[in-house]
Amino acid sequence: MGLELYLDLLSQPCRALYIFAKCNNIPFEFKHVELMKGQHRTEDFRKVNVLMKVPALRDGSFTLAESIAILLYLTRKFKTPDHWYPSDLQKRAKVDEYLSWQHVNIRGKGSKLFLTKVLLPLITGQPLPPEKLEGVTEELNVVLEQFEEKFLQNKPFIAGSEVSLADLVALVELMQPVGAGYNLFEERPKLAEWRSRVEEAVGKKLFQEAHEGILKAKNLTADKIAPELMEHFKHHLLKQTGQN
Amino acid sequence: VLPWDETDVHSHPCSKKVFVLRKTCPTEQKLEWPSNSEGAAKVSLLKKVPALKDGDFTLAECTAILLYLTRKYNTPDHWYPSDIQKRAQVDEYLSWHHANIRANAPKTMWIKVLIPLFTGQPLPAEKLQEVMEGLSTSLKQFEERFLQDKAFIIGSEISLADLVAIVELMQPVGVGCDIFEDRPRLMEWRRRVEEAVGKELFFQAHEMILNIKELSNIQIDPQLKEHLAPVLMKMLK
Repeated sequence: MGLELYLDLLSQPCRALYIFAKCNNIPFEFKHVELMKGQHRTEDFRKVNVLMKVPALRDGSFTLAESIAILLYLTRKFKTPDHWYPSDLQKRAKVDEYLSWQHVNIRGKGSKLFLTKVLLPLITGQPLPPEKLEGVTEELNVVLEQFEEKFLQNKPFIAGSEVSLADLVALVELMQPVGAGYNLFEERPKLAEWRSRVEEAVGKKLFQEAHEGILKAKNLTADKIAPELMEHFKHHLLKQTGQN
Repeated sequence: VLPWDETDVHSHPCSKKVFVLRKTCPTEQKLEWPSNSEGAAKVSLLKKVPALKDGDFTLAECTAILLYLTRKYNTPDHWYPSDIQKRAQVDEYLSWHHANIRANAPKTMWIKVLIPLFTGQPLPAEKLQEVMEGLSTSLKQFEERFLQDKAFIIGSEISLADLVAIVELMQPVGVGCDIFEDRPRLMEWRRRVEEAVGKELFFQAHEMILNIKELSNIQIDPQLKEHLAPVLMKMLK
């Protein structure tokens, strides 16, 4: 049994893994865990990841969760080209810095916008109040500014002249609000150029293939969500997005 | 005057982690960090502590700084093991930590001491309860997935993962929400971590947090209060 990656490409970290593995020709078995069908909450999947989240890796008897951990594991096991996680101490630190910061910032706010815009109306059965959308959009805009000012600056990529894990992780997260209908690249030429470079670096076709599902996410309807999952959302998501 | 910035304090858990690691490995260079937020802004555009300045090189984010130090100073292997599976387990915890333990543990301090300090009002009990529930869930997952029946997160030796976890969990302890009280397995792990880094050093690093309630007696500049109060309230949402 070879390497197994448990993925659903609707999930940002899953896309990062998928793209990384494919563009580095890392052999793996794609185990589809359909989030909308609640397959991440089954007993079977729990054996792979007790935290019930995707992505997850199984390599023989070794299991691993958290996309950053999995990405780093793959760079080491398959000795991928240096630029992904540079051996230069300072460049590597810059990648680490972004990968740490992004959790509650780009990832946090990007996810929040997606959940609020796409899932919340499906759960409540009500249209989204405009102030709510404005609020989450503004939060995302703040971190986008920090991203440009602090991490990207005037460089082609976050770590300098070559693409790294930081860029890949950043871009897949930014595609989530795009999938929700917020085209954040439209009025941000520097970000749009960086996006082009990253897509070029991993392969445009692969990038587009990975994002096919999320770019249709706006069309998600309540009947596509498994009832047990809907219940779970009602309990957890409402709290997360500040509803009662 | 406390070195504030919008969301972090000087006695932030991350600063403690760096402090502990620095002390446990012999280094020639003195790694200092700025003692006020203006100084911090020059070092880190994000205006947060901890921040590192090593010649012209500046770095933010404690995970990044800890990893940089382990590499630059060749610290003992167990901190960030060269075995790729053990290393992956450290990475896994360090990643999960952000949206889980770190999402709730510091809020106990905000709710019980810091926000009332700045707004002049105590917060409703439900706010703390919400946070403690969230923290409870994270602690359950921590025990189930990360610690299990091992001495430390990666097995028989302490690593960065344990250090990052423990300093965050000392925040609620400092404000009287002793999460170790009814969790014997966690309590034993805590004792092992303290032992491994050195009890004296551990308590030195946590002196401010464990006496945080004394902060309630200090005078805060009214302008600063006015500026920070709404920001702090927003943080809780």
